[in-house]
Amino acid sequence: MRRILLLAALLFSTAAFAAEPDEVLADPALEARAAKIDEQLRCVVCQSQSIAESNAPLAKDLRVLVRERISMGDTDKQVIAYVVERYGDYVLLKPPVQGNTMFLWGFPAAALALGLVGGAVFLRSSRKPAAEAPLSEEDEDAVDRILEERG
Amino acid sequence: MRRIVFIFPILVFAIIGAFFAYGLTRDPSNIPSQLIDRPLPSFDLPGVEGLPEGLSTDDLKGEVALLNVFASWCVSCHIEHPILMELAKSEAVSIYGLNWKDKPGDGKAWLDRYGNPYARVGDDREGRVAIDLGVTGAPETFVIDREGRVRFKVTGPITEQYWIQTLQPLIEELRRS
Repeated sequence: MRRILLLAALLFSTAAFAAEPDEVLADPALEARAAKIDEQLRCVVCQSQSIAESNAPLAKDLRVLVRERISMGDTDKQVIAYVVERYGDYVLLKPPVQGNTMFLWGFPAAALALGLVGGAVFLRSSRKPAAEAPLSEEDEDAVDRILEERG
Repeated sequence: MRRIVFIFPILVFAIIGAFFAYGLTRDPSNIPSQLIDRPLPSFDLPGVEGLPEGLSTDDLKGEVALLNVFASWCVSCHIEHPILMELAKSEAVSIYGLNWKDKPGDGKAWLDRYGNPYARVGDDREGRVAIDLGVTGAPETFVIDREGRVRFKVTGPITEQYWIQTLQPLIEELRRS
């Protein structure tokens, strides 16, 4: 059991990221808020990392900036808005739901719905045996004739 | 009806593939500037150590000018520098420098060694003005119009070709208007 736990811990652990010691705010509550904001902001130099993960100088500057704004009494939203005003929506790791991102957010749901509808239609049509076509008048007459002959 | 069921996934794949193919043609490091057609954020920077004059927003009003973000630690700035020198020498356009996050003395040493193409240089040691400008790396160059509005941003070094094909026509157009 212990070994399994150890293995699980090794396999499923993720690296811990945090502000560097000289950046950390004295108030743990404020620091926790800042750390959360860091994770939402993209490092514009490295791009696939948040500023919490990046060791780029610009990411450090932004972490310091985030802490400064928080200490000045900004709400989390105001801090993020401050950075977005300068770097655009691009700086947000999670794109906001708005006009130009409708496709981005809507597409997976739309694809799923379409797939479900398509699948249901496909299954129904393949399970039901093909409807018997009504006999034409000639066929009807032929059947009558044959039945009469035999009867 | 059955045929549609089979063609549909291929169609969806083609559409998604087209989006991805388009995405590959775009440079992810080229983040669109938020400042285009907006006034330059106000700043007032001291000069780099050894140079008396600093740089403020007011210096960048009255003529079409370039604001160039550079640093001594920036490799691409080496590539760009000779072009800036040439532009300054031929008086094609006024260039202002923002020395980004350099240690004291490094900016001046760089200008002494390679020449100073800048009308004025501001020392942004903390990198705060760079953040206000939405700078993502050096070099970056902003084209500022007469009213002090940002009209264009170049990410990466200005090459001779880029100057001739893009910047020069733009600057001439801004001067006429």
